[in-house]
Amino acid sequence: MKFSIKVTLKKDVLDPQGKVVKQTLQNMGMDTIKNLRQGKYFEIEIDENNEDKAKSKIEDMCKKLLVNLIIEDFKISRI
Amino acid sequence: MNSSVIVFPGSNCDRDIALALEKLQFKNTMVWHKDTNLPKSDLIVVPGGFSYGDYLRSGAIAAKSNILNEVIKAANEGCFVLGICNGFQILTETGLLKGALLKNKNLKFIGKDIFIKVINVDNKFCNKYKKDQVLKLNIAHNEGNYFTSSDHLKELEDKNLIPFKYCDEKGNIKYENNPNGSLNNIAGIFNDKKNILGMMPHPERMIDQMVSNNDGVNLFTSLLN
Repeated sequence: MKFSIKVTLKKDVLDPQGKVVKQTLQNMGMDTIKNLRQGKYFEIEIDENNEDKAKSKIEDMCKKLLVNLIIEDFKISRI
Repeated sequence: MNSSVIVFPGSNCDRDIALALEKLQFKNTMVWHKDTNLPKSDLIVVPGGFSYGDYLRSGAIAAKSNILNEVIKAANEGCFVLGICNGFQILTETGLLKGALLKNKNLKFIGKDIFIKVINVDNKFCNKYKKDQVLKLNIAHNEGNYFTSSDHLKELEDKNLIPFKYCDEKGNIKYENNPNGSLNNIAGIFNDKKNILGMMPHPERMIDQMVSNNDGVNLFTSLLN
């Protein structure tokens, strides 16, 4: 079973990298851009047949290592 | 006083801190991250560097290493723990210190001498300094921008858990003198019991007048006091 995990910075955490990427895109003429936030993406394949169990294991991985919950949010989806 | 310096793959300030500790009469042992036993220590230092190449997040992988379980146990039993630079990042990733260190506001690695003001001397790490003393220390980091929740920030200020703040040569704490964008110019923080100190500047680089200056010496002699 395969899952994707999107990790994004929390709303109130500044994202200087995203800001620079946004500015660069604007400088390149893509001036309709309103907002841009940079994040991280993981794909994890797990040896588990039950989707709920698999999801809770992935959630555990996120909370224990992949995500810093003080500054980041995450979203798990099956792929 | 017995000290232990934890060494990870990618640590690069471990020798400097060992040299500083030995010069100042600590009996020091280097401890490899895979070890599961910590020698009896009065002080544990988590040194600076780029543990595990800063993969995932600075300090995230090191925080899950074998020896860190022992460091966490010792810290919770009251052992003094000092995290410098990457060591500070590792301590926040373990949860021993609250908050996180984000990328510097200018997105650049900063390696230069800066000034910090000693805000709190009523603790085991700073008792040899004078209150409001200005120190010239060196910083070398890409992620030193301290961030925490507004509730915790208030708690840090109210409980006087911020020993060092970035300032100018005269001790003025202004945003212009904040090299990395850290909240409230924070350069270092304590846990509630003040037995754990995390700081971005490197006191171990300032222990010899011939090489730099002596401004870091008192941090170590305070512990011996």
